[in-house]
Amino acid sequence: MGTNIKFIQGNEIFAEAALYAGVQFFAGYPITPSTEIAEILSEELPKRGDKFIQMEDEISSICAIIGASLTGLKAMTATSGPGFSLMQEAIGYAVMTEVPLVVVNVQRGGPSTGMPTSVAQGDVMQARWGTHGDHSIITLTASNLGQAFRMTVEAFNLAETFRTPVILLFDEVLAHMREKVVIPASGEIEVVKRLRTSVPKGTNYHPYLTREDGRLPMSDFGGIHRYNVTGLVHDMWGFPSTDPKVAYDLLHHLVDKLENQAELLARYKTYYTKDAEILLISYGSSTRSALHRIEARRKRGLKIGLLELQTLWPFPRQTVRRECEGRSHILVVEMDMGQICQEVKKAVSEPDRVFLANRIDGNFISPVDILRALNMIQGKGV
Amino acid sequence: MVKRIVFSGSGGQGVITASVILAEAAVICDGLNAVQTQSYGPEARGGATRADVIISGEPIHYPKVLNPHVLVCLTQEAYGKFSSIIRPGGLLLTDPRFVKVERKVDARQVELEMHRAVMAEIGNSIVLNICMLGALIGLTKLVRPGSVVKMVKSKISSDFLEINEKAFGIGMRLAESAEALWSASDS
Repeated sequence: MGTNIKFIQGNEIFAEAALYAGVQFFAGYPITPSTEIAEILSEELPKRGDKFIQMEDEISSICAIIGASLTGLKAMTATSGPGFSLMQEAIGYAVMTEVPLVVVNVQRGGPSTGMPTSVAQGDVMQARWGTHGDHSIITLTASNLGQAFRMTVEAFNLAETFRTPVILLFDEVLAHMREKVVIPASGEIEVVKRLRTSVPKGTNYHPYLTREDGRLPMSDFGGIHRYNVTGLVHDMWGFPSTDPKVAYDLLHHLVDKLENQAELLARYKTYYTKDAEILLISYGSSTRSALHRIEARRKRGLKIGLLELQTLWPFPRQTVRRECEGRSHILVVEMDMGQICQEVKKAVSEPDRVFLANRIDGNFISPVDILRALNMIQGKGV
Repeated sequence: MVKRIVFSGSGGQGVITASVILAEAAVICDGLNAVQTQSYGPEARGGATRADVIISGEPIHYPKVLNPHVLVCLTQEAYGKFSSIIRPGGLLLTDPRFVKVERKVDARQVELEMHRAVMAEIGNSIVLNICMLGALIGLTKLVRPGSVVKMVKSKISSDFLEINEKAFGIGMRLAESAEALWSASDS
């Protein structure tokens, strides 16, 4: 006993993991293929005395969770491509004001309303660069539901630790499939609590003055301290500033706090890589087709392995470079026109060895699609 | 052992529910791995609904079914659309009330009058899907019958439990008589 085995859908797992991580506030606007997340949390959060609000759109949804997080609550929203587009301006605001948040984007076919019920992974670059200006952001993904549970808890933890929005970039296949999941027991995965300031009431609190360890303790907005929060470039008091030094330091702080930790933030898995001559790189549900193909090819003696990326941003450049070293071919498997493939090419010393196996027609990429690409790069024709 | 199953029919026949119950029985009761996926979107509303299940003792990576070992078709449309994908040597299960089997596929074709039996003995076609599941388990032994019954109990309201259990039994019985015929014609 003690093991909690469930057979449930991806969206149910994301919601369950968010509850495990201590989510207290959800504001959102339901959209396929993420709808069940909102549906489940609309039942579960009120039961616990926490808040669920269905907003009029995705702009207000993300603004509501920014406000809730500032007051001290763990907050999230869930959406898909069209809603994620609407959220971009406020994601930038959360980056600038350093508000911990979790945004789930269950990707579907795009651009625009695209193909609501079809799978795609075309929002990778939008997660990174959807909002304007130099910045950094954390984006995590997963290829199976057990992993998705852990990545969701991780997303909440990293949001608190680094005071940043974290994007969970899932996809339609993962969100809608059901599989066996062993739900971790309470306490099995660490849950990071909000770091609050020790500055007492009546003493000046500087909301944007970093501690020696680089962290920024928060004070619940509307609580014992009065302070300013703005999307403008701001000083340690949170007040607007056009001082070039303040601007320079702030931008560097926002980017460096994540980019300098890229390797620490790199979550990835390797399969059969030790002697692999050909390396596949994949992420999200595409990983499943890649693994299927690899295991079949291994049985035929082909030295082939897989690097699965779970952290997409900051891009784990060093890890990718190291894992690609000495391979004859690199094949990136994804359901877009090569958004991660381009990043891999930038990371490796010989970009000409990097190829793409993709699918962009709404069909889930199959092991047969990967076989075709493998045959092509090995000069066997298609 | 890997078994790939495709359930097909039209919206409202309960083929998706049946697929979830089967996969759940494999995972929760029989200690196996299973993955279930289903068609979403316009094609799932009224048209040919489809649900895929893979059951295995090993981890399952690719979650969709390309060539099923077992194909269940509960409408003519579903039969027309999917009968060609069955794996050679597989099993095709249909009900003559809904499907007129037109051509021979390289599979064991089993036609069972599930709808007629359910209407005669229960009088409510809502449990047709559970009868079909009973027949399927009887023919394939994919999971233990008791595991399915346990999952049905955990999912279905107590008001409908009795007729569901009865429907499952009818399916098992139909499968048994089909098996008896099959082995008689074999010898």
